[in-house]
Amino acid sequence: MQEAVTTTIAVSAPVPARSGERLRGIWRNIFPFLVVGGIWEIIARAGIFPHRLFPTLEEVAQSFVELTIAGILPHHAIETVLRLLSGFALAAIFGVSIGVLMGRSRRAEDIFLPLVSICAPIPGLAYAPLFLLWFGLGNVSAVLLVGFVSAFPILFNSWTGVKAVKEIWVRSAQSMGADDRRLFSHVILPGALPYILTGLRLGLAQAWRILVAVEMLAAVPWGLGWLIFGAREFLNTDAMLAGIVVIALIGLSLEKLVFQKIEDYTVVRWGMITS
Amino acid sequence: MTEQGQRWRSFVRAAITLATAAAVYELLARSGYFAPALLPTIPTIVQTLIAMLADGTMIEHAAFTMYRVMFGFCLAVVTGIPLGILMARFQRVENFFLPLVSALMPIPSFALVPLFMLWFGIGNLTTILIVFYAATFPMVFNTWSGVRSVNPLWLRAAGAMGADENKLFWKVIIPGASPFIITGMRQAFLRAWIAVVGAEMIAASDWGLGWVIFDAKEFLNADIMLAALLVIGGIGYAFERLVFGSIERATVQRWGMVRMAKG
Repeated sequence: MQEAVTTTIAVSAPVPARSGERLRGIWRNIFPFLVVGGIWEIIARAGIFPHRLFPTLEEVAQSFVELTIAGILPHHAIETVLRLLSGFALAAIFGVSIGVLMGRSRRAEDIFLPLVSICAPIPGLAYAPLFLLWFGLGNVSAVLLVGFVSAFPILFNSWTGVKAVKEIWVRSAQSMGADDRRLFSHVILPGALPYILTGLRLGLAQAWRILVAVEMLAAVPWGLGWLIFGAREFLNTDAMLAGIVVIALIGLSLEKLVFQKIEDYTVVRWGMITS
Repeated sequence: MTEQGQRWRSFVRAAITLATAAAVYELLARSGYFAPALLPTIPTIVQTLIAMLADGTMIEHAAFTMYRVMFGFCLAVVTGIPLGILMARFQRVENFFLPLVSALMPIPSFALVPLFMLWFGIGNLTTILIVFYAATFPMVFNTWSGVRSVNPLWLRAAGAMGADENKLFWKVIIPGASPFIITGMRQAFLRAWIAVVGAEMIAASDWGLGWVIFDAKEFLNADIMLAALLVIGGIGYAFERLVFGSIERATVQRWGMVRMAKG
């Protein structure tokens, strides 16, 4: 590719070619956003749409900074993340344990599978009004719903993962005298881990997607979904866009910081998959 | 134990589980411990479902939802597949779109519902656009990785046997990428299905299964809610199994791209 071209950039880094390439990589990532931002700005300033509905980037940035300094945006974000984490923790605990149980025991599989395969294809949000009726408006419904919905991908993947552990590993471990506990913790769990991690990843993504909508419906006092929904009533498009930016940032960092790190430390290091 | 016996036993166990779950639910509903408006009995739900199917309201709601979801989904397929192919074939296109796609993907489609409501009002357009937004990204991503993962050996072999660009594209790249593309369509439909229900709840118009559920909440009609849930689950399940299953059989399995799972 274009490695040789950028070496002339004077940087004090030890390997100039690499840092030049990195600069180019950063520029390459930023460039599309600049183009889109430019188009946005042109449309906003041209006045095709009402100004209140289509604010300029400057105004969005301004309301972002203002809301952040006033502590409103961080408060919303923290509440949302807490709700996400507690719902996801519920889902992880139940999803992994039921999934592993289903993978290990035929009886558990026969009992749980029909229930799960009936409940799973219904879109998570469709349960929302039901949960609101049963558990009332507010935090309990939101967390329970997020947990309930994101448990399915975790459960399915743990189940497949345990079933996908190679029979020959299990048998060779047994013939080397591993008891049930050791078999479980040293063979089955590591063997199923890539699947379980995929499931957790999917579950978290699902939880994140549902949570924003649930916050709009469940009338929780704080939360990014509520911020966006509430801002609509007052035509605060700039606040809405600022909220969406925060949502995107949280979503991105969940993906990049949390899961890639976990994967690096576990399955990649154990040689289960190549990164 | 024979395979047949094993299967029969699984079937019986599944039936027993479902019957037990239904019985427990029925007992709870009849115990009077919870308000009957919140926990209707199974016969009530079935009755409501049949009544709504019979007078056509449920079918009309479902038709509206299907229209929205199919419109948005088709838009997503029509834009997502070409974009994914372009991204995989041309470095420049990839450089431009990949950062955008990865930045937009983690934004849940529901976060955009209020914004779209402001821009496009309440009704079909908003819902379709939300569905489109939700379904496009899995489509693009899967097509992109599918085309990239086409075995280069096949490309060279086809080239050596004298295939021109056009043929190479239609006979090698598209079939080679098809398992990914179909997975993408599956995921996209799933997302679209979730998005449509949510969008209908929040950007409430007058028709649609999501709206039925949300509207029923206001009047504490839990039986209508559960009936609508059943319809939603049924349609989603039917699509997943019948439509995508048969597409898969007609294309990738016939082409020998994937083997049937062993079970």
